[in-house]
Amino acid sequence: MRAPDTILPLQAEGLGFAAGGVQILRDVTLTIEAGPPTFLIGPNGAGKSVLLRLLHRLLIPTAGRVSWSGLPGEAARRQAMVFQRPVLLRRSVLANVLYPLRLAGLARAERARRAQEGLDLVGLTALAGRPARRLSGGEQQRLALARAAALQPEVLFLDEPCASLDPAATRAVEEIVAALAARGTKIVMTTHDLGQARRLAGDVVFLHRGRVLEHSPAESFFAEPETREAAAFLRGELVW
Amino acid sequence: MFGTLRRTILTAAVAALALPALLPLGAVAQERSITVASTTSTEQSGLFGHILPIFTRETGITVRVVALGTGQALDVGRRGDADVVFVHDRAAEQKFVAEGHGGPRHHVMYNDFILVGPASDPAKVAGLRDSTEALRRIAAARAPFVSRGDRSGTHAAELRLWKLAGIDPVEGRGQWYREVGQGMGPALNTAAAQNAYILADRGTWLSFRNRQDLKILVEGDTRLFNQYGVMLVNPQRHPQVKAADGQRFIDWILSPAGQQAIAAYKINGEQLFFPNAAQPEPGA
Amino acid sequence: MHDLSDAVSTALRLVASADPAVVQVVLLSLRVSLTAVAVAALIGLPLGALLAVSRFPGRRPIIVVLNALMGLPPVVAGLLIYLLLSRSGPLGSLGLLFTPAAMVIAQATLITPILAALARQVLEGLWEEYAEQLRSFGAGPWRAVPTLLWDGRFALLTVLLAGFGRASAEVGAVIIVGGNIEGFTRVMTTAIALETSKGDLPLALALGMVLMTIVLAVNALAQGLRDVSARWAG
Repeated sequence: MRAPDTILPLQAEGLGFAAGGVQILRDVTLTIEAGPPTFLIGPNGAGKSVLLRLLHRLLIPTAGRVSWSGLPGEAARRQAMVFQRPVLLRRSVLANVLYPLRLAGLARAERARRAQEGLDLVGLTALAGRPARRLSGGEQQRLALARAAALQPEVLFLDEPCASLDPAATRAVEEIVAALAARGTKIVMTTHDLGQARRLAGDVVFLHRGRVLEHSPAESFFAEPETREAAAFLRGELVW
Repeated sequence: MFGTLRRTILTAAVAALALPALLPLGAVAQERSITVASTTSTEQSGLFGHILPIFTRETGITVRVVALGTGQALDVGRRGDADVVFVHDRAAEQKFVAEGHGGPRHHVMYNDFILVGPASDPAKVAGLRDSTEALRRIAAARAPFVSRGDRSGTHAAELRLWKLAGIDPVEGRGQWYREVGQGMGPALNTAAAQNAYILADRGTWLSFRNRQDLKILVEGDTRLFNQYGVMLVNPQRHPQVKAADGQRFIDWILSPAGQQAIAAYKINGEQLFFPNAAQPEPGA
Repeated sequence: MHDLSDAVSTALRLVASADPAVVQVVLLSLRVSLTAVAVAALIGLPLGALLAVSRFPGRRPIIVVLNALMGLPPVVAGLLIYLLLSRSGPLGSLGLLFTPAAMVIAQATLITPILAALARQVLEGLWEEYAEQLRSFGAGPWRAVPTLLWDGRFALLTVLLAGFGRASAEVGAVIIVGGNIEGFTRVMTTAIALETSKGDLPLALALGMVLMTIVLAVNALAQGLRDVSARWAG
């Protein structure tokens, strides 16, 4: 008997997280399936980033659990994350892409091939020898994407990757995300940019005050949100 | 390729910094050598710099001198950390031998102690032959007196003189009697800075440069005699002691060749140490 | 004033004549202190990095002890090493007392806590920045240590220089364990102490100037290295 070669669907059951006596997330139950990008949206402080970190195991939930499909131990190796502020090593562009590939235990030739592919994908091949920290903000975020993409994750988490970027850089990042999604990578992404969610999302998880209020296909979410809070949020009202 | 030149420069700079560290530290440790624990007076007067090269030339044995106060030098011998002890405090040396730490003790050479003080001489001791009378006058005048205070041979000699003078200088401690707990040189520096009296060995005094207003005020008293002795550290107690080479050094320094080398050492034409291994030891 | 000008001209003469005895003392100083820095770096930097990345019971006490050891009096360190290396001591059979190796051990003992404590401070900031990303890559604290050491290399160079400064300026410990033996364990600082006690203050001061110049040169070289590469790496 063989397990299917996928770690999806990803399931969160009764997930809660508290820190310093503050309940940030409560009772989140959610299934994320393979397919087009899943967007986590909601007002500031809704718990989007914390939920992303719980799913990626950067945080340990104080209640509930996160479970992946497939063989145990596989899930960790087959997901990656890109942060709002790219965390780049003080090394060259190429060395940044190679670093996690070496951690993953890939052979040297495979590392070189994948790094090259990653840099090609984001259009940074010409800058491979440059110090990563000398790149512009947009280039840095593209490098972070290349580094994640080179790991060939099945699931890629993105935490507000365009929050500090100008429109041109944002567009470049969106194109890369779309390309990754098209090639079969499951994107799970937070954003505060509703336009971005409209352009890219396959389904939307709406968070409000640490709870999931809606999880629906993007089309229906944006056309007829089910909850008052989501509707207000979509109208651009201050929701609290 | 970008960075190749940079890498070369970096590598060169790192190598420049690392190179001295990579030179083997033990390069000279292979040669035949002995360690002699001795006193600051013999080292700082320059005597060893004069006689040791002669010994090394004759025997191929390098002598490493650790210069300390006599008390500390004997302690180093007690721990077995030197092969030979060469110091100047007969009572302490005899105790060292009696306790089985080494020996036998041989007398090698002598010089003398001198009473040094400021040219203004507030205690009026200049020209006295009687060193104990000089100390009594210093105590009476409560004139500043710097003591080594470090269990050195000179310190022991000074304490003997105070006792002979019938004075306990410790009563003046913290006032006119100042124990610095340091070697001869630092003590002389202190005396020079404070215009104080001090008992010094002649060898260190002759090679001492920072005299300022200090000058010799009392000398020539037979009680100012300063005898040096040498002994091998007991190899039965400390198997690592290089007994054969250490004994070779002792034999040499007691031999006519060694004795002549000592006699030949002069500063400004003045002989510093007087070899007396061939004669019976005075006062013994 | 006279002594000072005397010292300056003596210093210049020492340098100009390249007196072999002085050269030997200078080279030994560099060798002992740089080796001590290398040894201390091998222990202190990974220790500092580990303290920066890990959280375990006893971590705070270790940090407190390290910070306190930064103030360890050299004489005390010297005495401890002396008693260890003495022929009557536990490591006496090594025959290291009164050798340059003993001086390296003493200086390394003095500066390892300094390197570890400073490295921890420097790397804690870097770890704060890197932690999530490295964990996302699946790198635990052990794997993070070499990464932080490499990525913090420019700041750590300054840490090493602080250690080198302390090592090369130190006299109390090396004079005890080295014995200030002429031509064998005499380094700049012990030579300065000796000339001071011989009352040759201008020569002592001149040697001090030579030492300062050397320390300055090492610092300038390392700092230049740091600046060039740091400008590159951002």
